Amino acid sequence: MSTNNTTPVSVAAAPHVDYHHHEEPSFWRKYVFSPDHKVIGIQYGLTALFFLFFGFTLMMIMRWQLAYPEKAIPALQFVIPIAVIGLILLFLSKFKPSITMLMGFVFLGMAALVSYLTSGEERMPGGVMLPEFYNQLGAMHGTIMVFLGVVPLAVGAFGNYIMPLQIGAPDMAFPKLNMTSYWVYFIGGVTMLASFFVPGGAANSGWTSYAPLSVIATTGQTLWLIGMVFLITSSLLGSVNFIVTIIQLRAKGLTFMRLPFFVWAQFVTSFLLLLAFPPLEAAGVLQLMDRIAGTSFFMPAGLVVSGQQLPYTGGGSPLLWQHLFWFLAHPEVYVLILPALGIVAEIIANNSRKPLWGYKSLVFAVIFLGFMSFIVWAHHMFLTGMGTAISAFFQTTTMIISIPSVIILSVLFISLYGASLRFNTPMLFALAFLPMFGIGGLTGLPLGLAASDIPLHDTYYVIGHFHYVVAPGTIFGLFAGIYYWFPKFTGKAMNEKLGKIHFWGSFVCMNFIFFPMLIQGLAGVSRRLYDGGQQYAHAQGVLHLNEVTSVAAWVMALFQIVFIINLFLTLRKKEKVGDNYWEATTLEWSATTSPPLAHGNFATVPEVYRGPYEYSVPGHSKDYTPQNELVKA
Amino acid sequence: MEIPYTVTARPETGLFNAKAGIWLFLASEVMLFGALFTTYILLRIGAPEWPHGELDIPLATLNTAVLITSSITMVMSWASLMMKDFKKYRIYMGATFLLGVVFLVIKAFEYGHHFGIGELPNKSTFLGIYFTMTGLHGLHVVGGMIVNAYFWGPGSKMWKTQPERFTNRVEVAGLYWHFVDLVWIFLFPVLYLL
Amino acid sequence: METANPQEIKKHVRTYITVFVALLTLTIITVTVSYLHLNIPAAITVALLIATIKGSLVASYFMHLISEKKIIYATLVLTAVFFIALMWLPIFHHANPVIYKNVP
Ligand code: HEM
Ligand SMILES: [Cu+2]
Repeated sequence: MSTNNTTPVSVAAAPHVDYHHHEEPSFWRKYVFSPDHKVIGIQYGLTALFFLFFGFTLMMIMRWQLAYPEKAIPALQFVIPIAVIGLILLFLSKFKPSITMLMGFVFLGMAALVSYLTSGEERMPGGVMLPEFYNQLGAMHGTIMVFLGVVPLAVGAFGNYIMPLQIGAPDMAFPKLNMTSYWVYFIGGVTMLASFFVPGGAANSGWTSYAPLSVIATTGQTLWLIGMVFLITSSLLGSVNFIVTIIQLRAKGLTFMRLPFFVWAQFVTSFLLLLAFPPLEAAGVLQLMDRIAGTSFFMPAGLVVSGQQLPYTGGGSPLLWQHLFWFLAHPEVYVLILPALGIVAEIIANNSRKPLWGYKSLVFAVIFLGFMSFIVWAHHMFLTGMGTAISAFFQTTTMIISIPSVIILSVLFISLYGASLRFNTPMLFALAFLPMFGIGGLTGLPLGLAASDIPLHDTYYVIGHFHYVVAPGTIFGLFAGIYYWFPKFTGKAMNEKLGKIHFWGSFVCMNFIFFPMLIQGLAGVSRRLYDGGQQYAHAQGVLHLNEVTSVAAWVMALFQIVFIINLFLTLRKKEKVGDNYWEATTLEWSATTSPPLAHGNFATVPEVYRGPYEYSVPGHSKDYTPQNELVKA
Repeated sequence: MEIPYTVTARPETGLFNAKAGIWLFLASEVMLFGALFTTYILLRIGAPEWPHGELDIPLATLNTAVLITSSITMVMSWASLMMKDFKKYRIYMGATFLLGVVFLVIKAFEYGHHFGIGELPNKSTFLGIYFTMTGLHGLHVVGGMIVNAYFWGPGSKMWKTQPERFTNRVEVAGLYWHFVDLVWIFLFPVLYLL
Repeated sequence: METANPQEIKKHVRTYITVFVALLTLTIITVTVSYLHLNIPAAITVALLIATIKGSLVASYFMHLISEKKIIYATLVLTAVFFIALMWLPIFHHANPVIYKNVP
């Protein structure tokens, strides 16, 4: 329990001697089982980036099937580029042990994994994808992107690294617990990957794992559930740590209303994780019982599959799973978006050189949003035969929750008004985030109203809608964060030219990927179709868009290679940048070195005198006034 | 720089870190067991009939008494530390641990009995939810016992060097243990009596 | 840790023992009532009422919730709200269903 996880060294025992500065910790302690939030943040970041790339690769394989159904896949065209990235990284590292070398091997491993996935009789006989395998890829793409990619990057990496620095804390409140969170996440991830290798392959019932299908699915589903229990446990431990850190370890003078918005976003996110995840953990345990012990929590009586009566006593309810799943999964979509919003707000304030317009509205909106996100879940279930009164309730709460989202977006847009913007790479990503998130949000409204959801439910329109939120939305926010804080992580700034190529390429491709999905969805094409709609009369008019989407996805992958190369080339750079590279006001820039001190973050404990975004204050000599600077009128 | 407020309370909140942490953790536990209780209600409302009297009430009553007793020995172990009486602490903490063992042994008898007469989790939704809820609760008991054993044995060395911090830790372990007791207080009537 | 002197703790100990006795008594009462075989709504009301009292006793005295800090109260109130939302789930599930009439 958390009692075990306080730091081993205490103030009372050693007020003046800090042994860390004398003894160099061992390799393992320093890089692998480090309790330092910065190291853990980077571990989370690299692991999550790996999973994002892998999840994207799964989708690229699927997109082949959707664009050219029944044609053999040119597997090498997927494997070789990944292997080449690995080799490039190995050469860049000159085979000296380093992060670059490690990632080189990781990419080679991924290439091997992808070549396994694109071959084999039980997956791709003769290079043509089996429907069963398509289902595995779809389910694992969703799961990996959400639970192993975006959340660990947004919360585990950025939250872990940046939040303690922004509040002036020497570390997280429970460093060892923090380390445990990472390793539990890691085990969860390995479990998910391992599920590709069991008979029947990985989970294939969608990332939603709806019963009864999931209960009678192959072994992969059991591993999915076990993996999820690990991931949920990791998130729970992490969120306790985050909340305690924010409540207890803020620097002197840093009141709640002076917190950078990013910290607020992490704070609300942590509460969502803390209170919404446990019901899914319970549901996961119940589904495990159904699968392993043969209980019938989610199983109706008399289920017959392929002419055979299943040995379940029945008495359970498949809808119970949906309720418990969405009780988590709706708050989860805010977990996916809020940290990105936090990042974007920081970057917009910094590059507009103006205080955020309406900081307070932003904070109250995000709190209200977090609260409301717990009582909208059944808007995913309008078509389950739920009562009309209940539908009315949930569509009302859904319309209400759109208000704070609009407030947030408006605040960020208005903040741009009248500013002379600096168009650097992080700012470009942050600016692109706004309209993309806007499209994602607006296309969501028809899904929140029961009447219009009836024709749209489970079509590609839904896929287009939420990808606008999570891909050009969240992912762009996260890219913005990487470019923005990279100088803080490493002391080196990423290449702007490559950054801009990465941005414009991704921006254009993203829209070519996801806008066609909205059109296909409006034409009525269902999601999770193995052939992309070939067999459906109503899909014929929009079938050609499948190829557009797929090609755009593959082209986008090429632009991600630019990003990867930029990342590791920057690591090799010799010249260092200043501590406050962007001339920012928040503590992580104004009170620490780049990168921050290995132990304790700050040379002297910072004290805070002002709000987070005092840019261009009239009468001040500079156009930014750090939070920890005393006014010299 | 060391992490502040591991021993003393932060003035504005009045809490030391671990205490804030354990309450947040317990909040998440409330939602975990809440989901199971809501499942129970849903299954029961939907069932044409719900079995009564299949479980051993006297044995479960005894187990309730055991857990309640372990709760008071737990709080007494903390109170002993507050009164700087380490010897008593060891006795009370040891008793708490042993009562945990007794609880699990009784539970094992119950499980053994059910298994013996073929009452397995897959026989009815009632048995399913009974085994799931008590099983998960049992795991929580085991977790608490591991922590308690640690603070009774190796962990208690800290009493010599940092008594205040050690007392804090025992308080936090206690909060968890009482919560496990509290869950049982609801499980008992819901599963056995109704 | 609250700075409490031994005197105060002794007072606490007396409270603990009272609570302990109350808990045992309530356990006996609830078991006895269950043997009376009241009709189901009454039985549920009594059993849950007693369980709630017992739970509150444990939370208030053993867990010291009776004199806790504001932040903890705030967290628990928030949790209680979402807990109640969760308890509504069976009602959402069973109220006025449109299609399925014969699925339990
Ligand atoms: C830019 C790269 C991405 C592409 C090209 C892409 C493409 C797709 C497509 C075509 C589907 C529908 C598959 C089907 O219905 O058969 C899908 C499903 C899904 N995607 Fe993505 N996606 C991308 C990124 C993401 C990200 C970043 C996330 C999450 C944060 C995500 C989460 C999901 C989820 C949850 C599903 C539903 C899976 C299911 O049906 O169970 N995707 N994606
Ligand atoms: Cu939703």
